[in-house]
Amino acid sequence: MINELSRRRFLSQAGIGVSAAWVSAHWPEMVSAATRAHQAVQSSAAYKFEFFTPAEATEIDALSARIIPTDDTPGAREAGVLYFIDRALVTFASGDQQKYRDGLPELQSLVREKFSGVEKFSAATVEQQDEVLRTLEANHNEEPPRRRNLHSAETFLEALRLQTIAGFLIDPEAGLGNRGGVGWKLIGREPEHSFLPPFGYYDKDYPGWQPAPKMADKE
Amino acid sequence: MKAEQPKYKTSDEVDFVIIGSGAAGGILAKELSTNGFRVVVLEQGPYLTEADYTHNEIKVLGEDLLTNHPKLQPTTFRKTPQDKAKQQRALVYGRSVGGTSVHFTANFWRFHEVDFIERSKVGSIPGANLVDWPIRYADLEPYYTKVEWEIGVSGLAGASPFDPPRSKPYPMPPLPVKSSGVIFERAARQLGWNPFPAPMAILSQPRPGRSACVNCGFCLSFGCEVGAKSSSLVAAIRVAERTGRCEIRPDSYVHRIETDARGRAVGAAYFDKDKNTHLQKAKAVIVCANGAETPRLLLMSANAQFPNGLANNSSGVVGKNLMLNSAAISMGVFEHPLNDYKGFAVSRILHDFYELDARKVGFYGGGGLDGRFDATPIGFALNGLPPDAPKWGSAFKKTLAENFTRTMEVFSHGTSLPREENSFSLDPELKDAWGLPALRLTYKDHPDDLKLVKWLNDRALELLDAAGARKKWSYPITEQEFAVHLLGTCRMGNDPKTSVINTDHRTHDVKNLFLCDGSSLVTSGRGQPTMTIEALAFRAADRITALAKSGEISA
Repeated sequence: MINELSRRRFLSQAGIGVSAAWVSAHWPEMVSAATRAHQAVQSSAAYKFEFFTPAEATEIDALSARIIPTDDTPGAREAGVLYFIDRALVTFASGDQQKYRDGLPELQSLVREKFSGVEKFSAATVEQQDEVLRTLEANHNEEPPRRRNLHSAETFLEALRLQTIAGFLIDPEAGLGNRGGVGWKLIGREPEHSFLPPFGYYDKDYPGWQPAPKMADKE
Repeated sequence: MKAEQPKYKTSDEVDFVIIGSGAAGGILAKELSTNGFRVVVLEQGPYLTEADYTHNEIKVLGEDLLTNHPKLQPTTFRKTPQDKAKQQRALVYGRSVGGTSVHFTANFWRFHEVDFIERSKVGSIPGANLVDWPIRYADLEPYYTKVEWEIGVSGLAGASPFDPPRSKPYPMPPLPVKSSGVIFERAARQLGWNPFPAPMAILSQPRPGRSACVNCGFCLSFGCEVGAKSSSLVAAIRVAERTGRCEIRPDSYVHRIETDARGRAVGAAYFDKDKNTHLQKAKAVIVCANGAETPRLLLMSANAQFPNGLANNSSGVVGKNLMLNSAAISMGVFEHPLNDYKGFAVSRILHDFYELDARKVGFYGGGGLDGRFDATPIGFALNGLPPDAPKWGSAFKKTLAENFTRTMEVFSHGTSLPREENSFSLDPELKDAWGLPALRLTYKDHPDDLKLVKWLNDRALELLDAAGARKKWSYPITEQEFAVHLLGTCRMGNDPKTSVINTDHRTHDVKNLFLCDGSSLVTSGRGQPTMTIEALAFRAADRITALAKSGEISA
């Protein structure tokens, strides 16, 4: 729903600045893109895992729910992050498959080592789960340089964090994650793809460009 | 909307084959086809248009929809020629019709007069190979104006006291101010500096077939779905196509320029989509493949006559004197929402530090600051929070929710000194997916470049303090290992022993071979090279047209 609606709103608002000729020339392409995106959305009820076994899926779900938990606002679970990651690992993130295949069993060993009687991450209490993540984080805590690309994950936990965030915050129109736009709602990103000024608090009372007042004491 | 194009046979000797369809190649295609010549443009990337662009960050930033691909085109890096290079992602450039101009920020600053004559002004600098340009600002001024009017640049003439002379105002007013721009402007004025509306290659008013900017918020790194960003695709290539004399041939990866017994270029050999090879014949070859791929192509075209690479016999400097521009980023978080994710990246800049006095600051250089926000949601969550922010859990969520709408950047852009050791060359071992030698980046910033960018970043932090940011921090300033601006690697000059092309963009060594892109630049400017690359392309088109009409090229 959100897809077609916001795409149309994008087009109608775009019309403010667009020549009518431009819109009519592009309308068929834009509509078909919106339809494709809409069709790409899958419901979780019908979802068939392509990478994870059901048991693995339970663990990844528990893990991503600690990275972006459900608290007073929706988290990774509501955004459908588990399904996003499953599809990611058989498509654009297939290079990360081995990190998951190796990393998940290692994490489970750590869980068993730390908490006797607890067999797997999903069976641990939330406090125990967070302690496991803190242990892993402490093992790898260097400040990454700023990079615009999204290729930087080196460990299982980094890949999981990157993909959890991506599944939570991707443009909902892509039909991959961020279901219901819950991620964008959290960060305050309005769902539209066209905006008019004023944009924020500081530009709303801007009087328009004025040259700097002349200052006698300025060199 | 692709216009009907001619389909030239590869055996058909066209007037010009242009390699690369980016900022320079697109303009040369437009100008030369408009002037009556038959032109084939070979672009290694696909022909993507507005309908193919997307706001899907995974496709664009994760799968490299619009850029060179690190797996198919691996690269290596080393700091100095004495080191052995190791494989790492070393550069990014646009790889679709329109090149890097499809996804750039679109900051469009003219170079100033000083950029052309700085060696004469400041003298020799140890450890650098700084020289004057063989042309001056005045030679390029009419072409800067041409870029602004023909390609579409919004801005306000006379708003900066440091602007060089101009023959005409901008063709359209500046884009609307963003909250980051207002914060930047007020704080800068408080400090006695001279902020002004950023000149941007983004339309503030519609043009035929192109919308004004709709402020969608997916600008830097993304293609523009409404044609507002002045890429060479929407602003030049579509004009070239309408002449009926220009063929844009995408998915055509040129790997060699062939020459004849007389040492003249006869055409460009390329792989098509299925990796079959073809040779497009032409009376003259113009390489606009960018500051990394242009020297790589010349070096890959070595033969018995040109053992060091094509057009590299006289000087040996093909690929050398690389400049990346120095840069730093400081971030500020404010009390109220800026919602700076709306709109293009930059609305206010300043040039007070364009030309610093080395005797006062103790190093060579200069630069500009801009106030911006250029992050998209996933990228921001991964890279845009303060270093002490939580990385996961409810506290991470809370910081993200608080900061996304309240953050802005102050970006420092500065000079890079040319050093002969800094280069793009062919890796002796690593190959790309076509079996061609991979690009090897060798780079170590001149100490002055690092001093400069630290100094500029201190001004950025002062600005954020004056603006009342409730939190501020900077990304670490370290020696660069990743190239975005690709400048100086086939520099222009009068002396064939120290430069690769002359003032007509003709190579000193091969009479019918021309180069025009970031590689032509002699100095780095203050961090915004595309405007100058495009002005050079317009000028080169005039020069090449004159040579061709007088029979000088084929003689």
